[in-house]
Amino acid sequence: MKVTLEVNGVERTVECSPWKRLLDVLREDLRLTGTKEGCGEGECGACTVVLDGEAVNSCLVAVGQCHARRVTTVEGLARGEVLHAVQRALVACGGAQCGICTPGIAVCAAHIVDHDLIGECDDQTARARVRELLAGNICRCTGYQLIVDAVIAAAHEALRGSGSEGGAERRADNGAARGGDQV
Amino acid sequence: MERPPVVSPVGTSVPRVDGVAKVTGRALYLDDLDAASAWHGVTVRSQVAHGVLEAIDLDPAFDWSQVVVVTAADIWGKNAIVLIEEDQPALVPIGGRVMHRDEPLALVAAPTRARAFAAARAVRPRIAPLPAVFEVDDALAGAGRLYGTTNVFKQFLIRKGHATDAELDAAFAGASQVIEGTYTTSPQEQMYIEPQAMMADWRDGRCHIVGSMQCPFYVHKAMKALLACGPDGVVITQAVTGGGFGGKEEYPSMIAAHAALLAHKAGRAVKIVYDRDEDIAATTKRHPSRTRHRLAVSATGELLAIDIDVVMDGGAYLTLSPVVLSRGVLHAAGPYRCPIVRVRGRVVATNHPPHGAFRGFGAPQTTFAYERQMQKLARRRGEDPLALRKRLALRTGDTTATGQRLEFSVGTDEVIAAIEATAGAPPVRDGVNAQGAPVRRGRGVCFYFHGAGFTGSGEQQLAGRAAVAAVGGRFEVRSSSSDMGQGSITIFTQLAAAALGVDAADVTVIDPSTSRVPDSGPTVASRTAMVVGGLVERAARAVRNKLEAWAAAHDFDPTGENPRPAGRAVGDPTPLGGSLVEIARAYAATMQAELVETISYEPPPGIQWDDATYTGSAYPVYGWAACLVDVEVDLDSYEVAITRCVQAVDVGKALNPAIVRGQIEGGTLQALGWAVLENVVYKEGKVANANMTNCIVPTFADAPELETILVEVPYPFGPSGAKGVGEIPMDGPAAAVANAVEDALGCAFDALPISPEAVAQARPRWGLS
Repeated sequence: MKVTLEVNGVERTVECSPWKRLLDVLREDLRLTGTKEGCGEGECGACTVVLDGEAVNSCLVAVGQCHARRVTTVEGLARGEVLHAVQRALVACGGAQCGICTPGIAVCAAHIVDHDLIGECDDQTARARVRELLAGNICRCTGYQLIVDAVIAAAHEALRGSGSEGGAERRADNGAARGGDQV
Repeated sequence: MERPPVVSPVGTSVPRVDGVAKVTGRALYLDDLDAASAWHGVTVRSQVAHGVLEAIDLDPAFDWSQVVVVTAADIWGKNAIVLIEEDQPALVPIGGRVMHRDEPLALVAAPTRARAFAAARAVRPRIAPLPAVFEVDDALAGAGRLYGTTNVFKQFLIRKGHATDAELDAAFAGASQVIEGTYTTSPQEQMYIEPQAMMADWRDGRCHIVGSMQCPFYVHKAMKALLACGPDGVVITQAVTGGGFGGKEEYPSMIAAHAALLAHKAGRAVKIVYDRDEDIAATTKRHPSRTRHRLAVSATGELLAIDIDVVMDGGAYLTLSPVVLSRGVLHAAGPYRCPIVRVRGRVVATNHPPHGAFRGFGAPQTTFAYERQMQKLARRRGEDPLALRKRLALRTGDTTATGQRLEFSVGTDEVIAAIEATAGAPPVRDGVNAQGAPVRRGRGVCFYFHGAGFTGSGEQQLAGRAAVAAVGGRFEVRSSSSDMGQGSITIFTQLAAAALGVDAADVTVIDPSTSRVPDSGPTVASRTAMVVGGLVERAARAVRNKLEAWAAAHDFDPTGENPRPAGRAVGDPTPLGGSLVEIARAYAATMQAELVETISYEPPPGIQWDDATYTGSAYPVYGWAACLVDVEVDLDSYEVAITRCVQAVDVGKALNPAIVRGQIEGGTLQALGWAVLENVVYKEGKVANANMTNCIVPTFADAPELETILVEVPYPFGPSGAKGVGEIPMDGPAAAVANAVEDALGCAFDALPISPEAVAQARPRWGLS
């Protein structure tokens, strides 16, 4: 069957079984290998993508469910060579070690930051909230501490950015680069 | 020419050189490599724990076209995964003994994964079962004759301060207190998030293997024997590796063997990527252990004697078990002053899948035992647990269990002081948690050490090498050390750049490939930054010296403004101006060659080790650490929540503080997971929880905020004073958790994991200790 979906802002059509996992369509048919498979059962989150404004495990999504929908993968976070704030923060804080979980975490964290899912709260609450929101993504290398630092740093940057005109523009641009997914 | 001086990057948190590739998804792991024509390989496993392989039948109803099947009969070289011994076959031959439930018997490859899996299901091994052995006591009694006549893969005996058992007994007879306990630890899965993956292809008469691995030269050694070829007959290259933690130290040789055999028969590239369930079920895990520990204590609270007996379950084959046991027994007496020590250790064969390397490598098991014992001693004496450790801890000038006199880099006082300074008030005993359930709280501490680098004379025997080359105007670091996330390529870049006096951007650490790098030894044992990093630093310095001497000899002035300063003699050896990059560029242009300096390991002075008596310098240096943990036990669900965890670790020198923190925090969380929620459950020799749903590891939400204190007591023979850091954080925190739960509930917890079931079962004992 033919499935048409928008991936990172670009319309793509694939011809395959509707039961094929979105993960395999991304990796095999579209050669977007940034999305990783760690467990194949929705536990590790390495295959996280954003599907119409919702972070999902692409190993648990059949591509038939994705017709006429929008998908954002890790390849869609940066705008050209300009990294998303979350990606920059992960590099700066040392939040990526072996890196295999990193694409999934970056996608989920960018979603959290772009949609301000942390909300206004004190730092301790914010950190707890980040941990809750990222609980579907397992990292075995870092102990999570430096990743939480990075997401908080990126959220602060986004907050500061949204207070200025340039920041608002950057956010909009990021949204477009990500395929304009919305909540 | 005035150039701003290059700031030494050593000691600063420069971002990882592979950071951008990883956050953008551009880093290519094995399964990401474009290999459109590669077939997929799948392994047929025994499903019987012990037996004799009588035949392998192929289902005649299956369409075998476009499928390649490999059995042991296809192996032309040595049918063994050569490591320490050669007892483990690559594939069990017909008539051979099947030793565990997930033992490889045959291989299939097909154009698609689905077809390969279907073909694997159509391969029908016939096995005549034999009685299987799963309990170490049965194995010790000689059941099953799994290995030799005793089933003991390896045993060690360490004696300090006494010659006979009678002398040890006398010391215990004279004690005013004896603390005694038996401690058990569960198997632990490494759970790297990238499953094992390997690809092989035969080109130009050579076998090219690329994959996820820690030790390219381990694979190389095993493949030379399996494929009956010389060192140039097989090339092993590490792909970007998604975590290892020891789990990709030995098993990759097995998968490489399988991929190589399939690729040879198929006449095309073959890729093997394990599913998570296969990876958990079949590959090596941390050895489960049982340690009996006795402490003889004087009336004044001094340690008079320590007696320890360690038994580990090695599983079906020897693999690295002797070395794991060695590290276990060498750490078993702990970092404490004691004149008389006896440590006995045995690792035995069972019909479990082989256990193997995992961060800490035997030390976490014995550390759990001795730090529970120290806690019991403190409780018995009514002494503050941290004060007791401070009173008894090893310091410079003291001797370890093997009689090694500690001469330098002993961070005992610094790490304990760091914990004292940050501890604050212990948590209030009783309360209510966020879910409204009643809780009881407690605090635990522990103190521990970890030998950095190979045991004893291991480094001398290995004589690892690393090279730095000036290639055009750039510098290359060549070593077989693999970066599996721990940050070695960044650390090597920093060390080389600092020694060369160039910008980090001018240095590249090339991907380890056995055809392009010298053998620096395996990426294990907390040795990469300390040992190989030291080689890199020295090689870089040698390149710099050679280039500067060349420049001076040729009166080279890269600026071209001042060919020969007034008064300078022709060939004056003092360096002229110009950056090393400019000199290197001129060198390359003039000489039409690269300049390579290869450095071999030389032991620091004073290292003496006797392998026969197990006495002397067990390790060149030790890391030291102290840890504090607060827990909250939910009295409704019996869950143990770790609410605070502080670790102070003496790392010698933090070459890159962010990377060092990442190492410590990652290791700490693996230890906390092992303490309360991780477990691999065997049923009749089969992993019963071979998936991530049931074989759980800590998530973001399970992990406490980790407080890390880096302590630097320099190691004079490490690069810039650095010593090993990779494993030490794994050793101690589990004991600190158990000590905290004991503090909370008033009863001992001597087995890991301290699961809700364990807490519930202990309920009748609460408050009794």
